[in-house]
Amino acid sequence: MLRNYLKVAFKVFLRRKFFTFISLFGIALTLIVLVVAVSLWDHVFGPHPPETRADRVLTVYFINAIGPAGNHTFGPAGYAFLDRYTRPLKTPESVSLHSVFLPTVSYRNGVKIKTWLKNVDAEFWRVFEFNFLEGGPFTKEDEKNASRVAVINETTSRRFFGGASAIGKTIELDRQNFRVVGVVSDVPMLRFTSFSDAWTPISSRRSQMYKREFENGMFFSTLLAKSRADIPKIHEEFRGMLARIEYPDPKLYNKIVARPNTLLDAVSDELFMGGLKTAVLVAIVLFLCLPTINLININVSRIRERASEIGVRKAFGADSGTLVLQFVIENVLLTVIGGLLAFVGCHLVLWLINATGWIPYAHLALNLRIFLYGLILAVFFGLLSGVYPAWKMSQLHPVQALRGGEL
Amino acid sequence: MIRLENIDKVYRTDTVETVALSNINLTVEEGEFVSVMGPSGSGKSTLLNVIGLLDIPTKGRLSLNGDWINSYGDRTLAKIRNQEIGFVFQTFQLISDLNVLDNVEIPLLYRRLSNSRRRKLALEALDRVGLTSRAYHFPTQLSGGQQQRVAIARAIVGKPRILLADEPTGNLDSHMGDEIMEILSGLNRDDHSTIIMVTHDSRMAERTRRTVRLFDGRQVN
Repeated sequence: MLRNYLKVAFKVFLRRKFFTFISLFGIALTLIVLVVAVSLWDHVFGPHPPETRADRVLTVYFINAIGPAGNHTFGPAGYAFLDRYTRPLKTPESVSLHSVFLPTVSYRNGVKIKTWLKNVDAEFWRVFEFNFLEGGPFTKEDEKNASRVAVINETTSRRFFGGASAIGKTIELDRQNFRVVGVVSDVPMLRFTSFSDAWTPISSRRSQMYKREFENGMFFSTLLAKSRADIPKIHEEFRGMLARIEYPDPKLYNKIVARPNTLLDAVSDELFMGGLKTAVLVAIVLFLCLPTINLININVSRIRERASEIGVRKAFGADSGTLVLQFVIENVLLTVIGGLLAFVGCHLVLWLINATGWIPYAHLALNLRIFLYGLILAVFFGLLSGVYPAWKMSQLHPVQALRGGEL
Repeated sequence: MIRLENIDKVYRTDTVETVALSNINLTVEEGEFVSVMGPSGSGKSTLLNVIGLLDIPTKGRLSLNGDWINSYGDRTLAKIRNQEIGFVFQTFQLISDLNVLDNVEIPLLYRRLSNSRRRKLALEALDRVGLTSRAYHFPTQLSGGQQQRVAIARAIVGKPRILLADEPTGNLDSHMGDEIMEILSGLNRDDHSTIIMVTHDSRMAERTRRTVRLFDGRQVN
């Protein structure tokens, strides 16, 4: 019976090539977008080097400084604020201050090289787990002495020094020369907290003005909790710190609202009022509804032209349930073919993203688990989209059906 | 074998009521070959559909093999159609996406049979209508007469005791029509199949044992 159903299904698919193409395109596109989006999500928020401890790493990304006149400023905090009110926190295992990444231009043999530069303290190398290919991180001593030392990524090493070892060599960054002490694996740009091409000590900055910046700055503070259980305690301790802030100019700003967050929570709080995961789930369901509605539409019109077949099958003993099953099998088959196409498509799209360098250093991988979940969902929606037309079909009177009648 | 008592069939729309059958009383014995004749719109096909359990009478009752089947549900009716009745339609009603053999197998799909058994029975049925050589052709590759022979093979493959043929020669020339009548007569003669055939053609009706005539949905003598 199944073979007969599959034969008919394939014939119908081939007979209505355009409809079949639209159906398969809808299913495959949905799955591809879903899988690529999840892959990007995983790339940004998942526990990957050097942010392997993402579940217990909290960062003060942005602060909201509010003034007595209702004025406020929102953005990364100044070094002075973070140094005074996050570095002394006792609950975290480690606290690291680091700047946002900024572009800097260097020239090597007359060739302009654009490099992303990030100023970090020595604790940065404890909080994040970088993969050192050569050398190692700079030390507290380097930080204290404002040593001109740098850790660079492998691409920067290659661009400046070709295939030779970079350790001990000099690299020009932000119009200063730095001695390379370590080379690490590339970090994708979407790893917003730790990404850069080169990391140098904060104290090595050309200007020391940053030390006075309080509300408006360009620094983050990352806190490594001893365990996940410590996170509420860190929040509590930080709240206590905020209550004791001595504002440099209380007439300008006399209140700061801030919270150490994981990147996911920070994005969720700032952009989705804390409901990012719900928003994503709703988006996925709505997104999967598109091919479902498309399939329902196509199936209804396909059934109309197969009315006489339905009539014949009913006349020769098919009951409504059997016919519903036949149509559902056809739909599931279509969905599975769409899933297979999506599998190939996902590989292609992820390869393109990686190969074109659209996201610097990105290496997006197909998450098979997510692909399978997506496929299961697609099959589920395939079932749904088959059941309604099949039910409509089962209402078709056999005599009407044999006349090729309308549903 | 088939018994109809006071059968009425009325089609109703919002504005129109059409009486297709009125007070039909008919008994067909096992092994009979009955033709149903009448002008267009006289209710011949409706009568065949009621007997074939494809349509439900508005009034009256119907018995097959001694069972009054009026109150049966969709599933039971489907099962009875599958086991007891074979249909031959004027327009053949073959599924163009399937080859001849797959078309003939259709009634067997709704029985618990292995693939090989289904295939064997379908080939036997095709043999009876002389079309074994066309088993893997598609309906569009056959002449009208051959298509109707495939339709007959499909109707007899499940060995039903009743064959209902709705103008089986209506779309064929006289030569092919004669061939089809020959096959139907043979099935009636050799297998003792009970056949009810709707026809416009008195020449075909003469080849049956009895003719039931309808006019405006009523039986006339």
